[in-house]
Amino acid sequence: MTVDRDEFRESFFEECDELLEAMHDGFDRLSGQQDDEETMHAVFRAVHSIKGGAGAFGLNHLVRFAHHFETALDKVRSGKLDLDDELLDLFRQCGDNLSDLVGAAREGGDTPCPGTGTLNERLDDVLGTDGHVEDPEEPEFEPVVLDFGDFDLPGDDSGMSIRFTALPGLFKSGNDPVVLFAALEKLGTVEVTADLADIGDLDSLEPGVCAIRWTIDYSGNATEEEVREVFEFVEDLCTLEIEVKSPGLPDLDAEVPDLPADLLPSVASLDPVKADGATLDKGARPKERSGAKQDQDDRKPGGTIRVDLEKIDKLINLVGELVIKEAMLAQSIADLGPPSESEISVGFESLKALAGEIQEGVMAIRAQPVKPMFQRMARIVREAASATGKKVRFVTNGEYTEVDKTVVERLVDPLTHMIRNAVDHGLEKSEARVAAGKPAEGTVTLSAAHRSGRVMIDISDDGGGINRDRVRQIAVERGLINESDSLSPSEIENLLFLPGFSSASEVSELSGRGVGLDVVRSEIHRLGGRVSIQSDPGEGTTFSISLPLTLAVLEGMIIQVAGQTMVVPISAIQETLQPKSAAIHDIATGGRLVRNRDGLVPIIDVGEFFGFRSEPRDLDPHVLLLIESDDSHRYALVVDEIQDQRQVVIKSLETNYQQIDGIAAATILGDGRIALIIDPDNIVRGSGAKMAGDLNLQLAV
Amino acid sequence: MEDIALETRKTFLEVVAFRVANQDFCFDLKSVREIRGWTETTILPKAQPYVKGVINLRGSVVPVVDLSERLGLGATDPGPRHVIIITVLGNQTVGLLAELVSDILTVAETDIQPIPDMIDETVRKFISGVLVMDDRMIRKMELSTIIASDGRGLG
Amino acid sequence: MTLQVLAIDDSRTMRNLLSATLSVAGYRVSLAEDGEDGLAKFDESDPDVVITDINMPRLDGFGFIEAARSRARSRVVPILVLTTESAPELKARAREAGASGWIVKPFDEEKLVWAIERVAATGGSS
Repeated sequence: MTVDRDEFRESFFEECDELLEAMHDGFDRLSGQQDDEETMHAVFRAVHSIKGGAGAFGLNHLVRFAHHFETALDKVRSGKLDLDDELLDLFRQCGDNLSDLVGAAREGGDTPCPGTGTLNERLDDVLGTDGHVEDPEEPEFEPVVLDFGDFDLPGDDSGMSIRFTALPGLFKSGNDPVVLFAALEKLGTVEVTADLADIGDLDSLEPGVCAIRWTIDYSGNATEEEVREVFEFVEDLCTLEIEVKSPGLPDLDAEVPDLPADLLPSVASLDPVKADGATLDKGARPKERSGAKQDQDDRKPGGTIRVDLEKIDKLINLVGELVIKEAMLAQSIADLGPPSESEISVGFESLKALAGEIQEGVMAIRAQPVKPMFQRMARIVREAASATGKKVRFVTNGEYTEVDKTVVERLVDPLTHMIRNAVDHGLEKSEARVAAGKPAEGTVTLSAAHRSGRVMIDISDDGGGINRDRVRQIAVERGLINESDSLSPSEIENLLFLPGFSSASEVSELSGRGVGLDVVRSEIHRLGGRVSIQSDPGEGTTFSISLPLTLAVLEGMIIQVAGQTMVVPISAIQETLQPKSAAIHDIATGGRLVRNRDGLVPIIDVGEFFGFRSEPRDLDPHVLLLIESDDSHRYALVVDEIQDQRQVVIKSLETNYQQIDGIAAATILGDGRIALIIDPDNIVRGSGAKMAGDLNLQLAV
Repeated sequence: MEDIALETRKTFLEVVAFRVANQDFCFDLKSVREIRGWTETTILPKAQPYVKGVINLRGSVVPVVDLSERLGLGATDPGPRHVIIITVLGNQTVGLLAELVSDILTVAETDIQPIPDMIDETVRKFISGVLVMDDRMIRKMELSTIIASDGRGLG
Repeated sequence: MTLQVLAIDDSRTMRNLLSATLSVAGYRVSLAEDGEDGLAKFDESDPDVVITDINMPRLDGFGFIEAARSRARSRVVPILVLTTESAPELKARAREAGASGWIVKPFDEEKLVWAIERVAATGGSS
């Protein structure tokens, strides 16, 4: 039985993530105070551990770079090299490269990343080496496999006479001649004779000094080198003389067949190794052992366990079922109408509380701190800063805020884009900043926090803010608005999210062409999130993202429309209105508007949108749900009745069917039937043609 | 000798026979997960007319196809006596609405004959052959053509 | 008699690999994540052999060996140093602290077992 290292690969890479995180953390701390010795040690250990693990998996490129990197870190750690800003910058780049190498290795390619060569050269400069000096270290990492198979080859038998004396230090070091002889016996047959001549009276015995001298007759097919290896650990703690008795004497055993058993060398009575009476065959050391049954309890490492994501997702699904069953049971109980203090009602209430706790607990398993993602963003900031030649300080807050794993993963791309945007377009060039009386170094802040059951992520810069005149001008040029439109500052800022809008007057190489904030918005939207902008001229810009904690459940409003039960995400609803005929205005193009607060809001009938009916003439018996679309425009959705508000489990429609316009997903209600979850933004966009003029209409009033 | 050789090469398959618009159909039993009675569906907006909506199958959202309408034999007005045959094709689970399930038959592949001329042009594209059992003609349905016509799924 | 091995390493991957490799080789294994933890487990599990990493937070391998050697015991427990460094001065320092031997990473099962066999009586292992 051998250990399949592949099983440990994934856990190695997971540990690498943690180590890389610790390393990046260390650099952040070092940039604050340069003489933090413990931090330097921690960074060194992180890189060292990555190297060690990589060695175990034969990831040689990773090992080589980590070793080079570690050598430089060690120089700083041991005080032979001063850590200045420039060196810290190099270390950060090395850290990034190490992350890349780990990433490549994880994907199965242990290949040098593009920057590795340059970084190696720069490390050599720092170390005053030229790369070749490092080479002697490398063979260390080649796995050394002792090939005992060779010992099975016949004809190599040799005999050796070994004289061995233990120096006092041998026993203190935890070594033991008896053990060494036993080890030697694994290589062949040994006969040990103890020379007791030097043992004096009891009085003259010195504790710790071994007066016994041993002579070992070895026969077997090990080489002298292999025999010496047995004594490798004690070579400085003993005297060892090896005399090869019959060098190259071939095939003695083979040529003298059928030697009677009683003629074979007998085991000396003094041989301490033979205590168990077993005569060992020469040849390979045994690979299989008895007593392999290990104590499982002793193997438990640390306080965490690795769990297959599939298992968690299965559990989450089951909890989803539990929530549905609970809702069904609630309905049945309500139909029965037992008194609220009855056992059944009280029992059900505590069951409900328990189910709620289980649900929360299970969801928490999938939750992960945003910290690793924030660290990736730190790198994006560094890269963007060096590409634009701007000096940027990156500040993070709330990095231990926990969010669903999938949400975190899918947030990487939109965040990357927004962070680049902040450095590229948000921050002014140093000269401009100084001229405006600001520090030359700009600041980009990334924060996360939990707020009322959602996760808020803010990306802010202390740049010049959004140039609204310029944005407006571009929007007019692109035909997104009319020259004559009057837009509020917030409306102008939200134009940035319109498809095809690019705010930089010259498309910068960094942010790239084609991918705009509209893509960012739709990705966040797909996660059930929303994004908004606030900007103060001269002070900076903040993008705020609000996300659900989980993708498995959502807080929904259960509504009826045209005889269908549907669910609207609460997060989308601003308020609900009872329409009064007086407040409804018909417009010439066929649409209707409802007056709300200071504006007129276009009306969309959900029933008509889905083709269930044509828009009812009289809205009085209906209810209006006021929603705000991604581009900050408000719409009123007509539904027939609001039935309930509660948590619903999100079920995919696409598994067995396909996506439907205006529908986000499905859920299962208390009666066991399926209800569709409405995607209000999608309805707004989907009702496109008829509502094309709404922006202007709304603005005109 | 030749006959015996042929005989041993015969492969058998089990099929579920069911009735749609008074015609007999069947398909491979291996594709069938279960057969259940009709339950009210939740209507899917903007769906093809033959998609009756979705049902809850132990926590999964499963669409139901009205086979009669799909085959161009007119829409079914489903009632408690109708059945939904839950089938699995690839990763997709789909319910098929039929009038009734009549039999589970074991047939030799060699018993499946080419489609005769008398079969409707509309039905023809959904079947791969016919079985003649007693006085009945059972059309062997190709599930893939029902579920994924024109590569556009059920839409 | 099954040998009880205490393996100390701050890297989880290494602990996992050591644990698996040693278990497969037929030893009983206990694990510790740094020198301090190692000392606690040393006192608690009374191991027959200790394998320890050098570079660790809180208490490093050298510190661990020195502390373990200062413990009053009826026998001197063999301690193997597990390290990527095979530099002579590191071996010398480990020896000075009281190490019995060393294993250079990366290790394989053969290497690990062979090192243990040279410092601990493995009893009826044949």
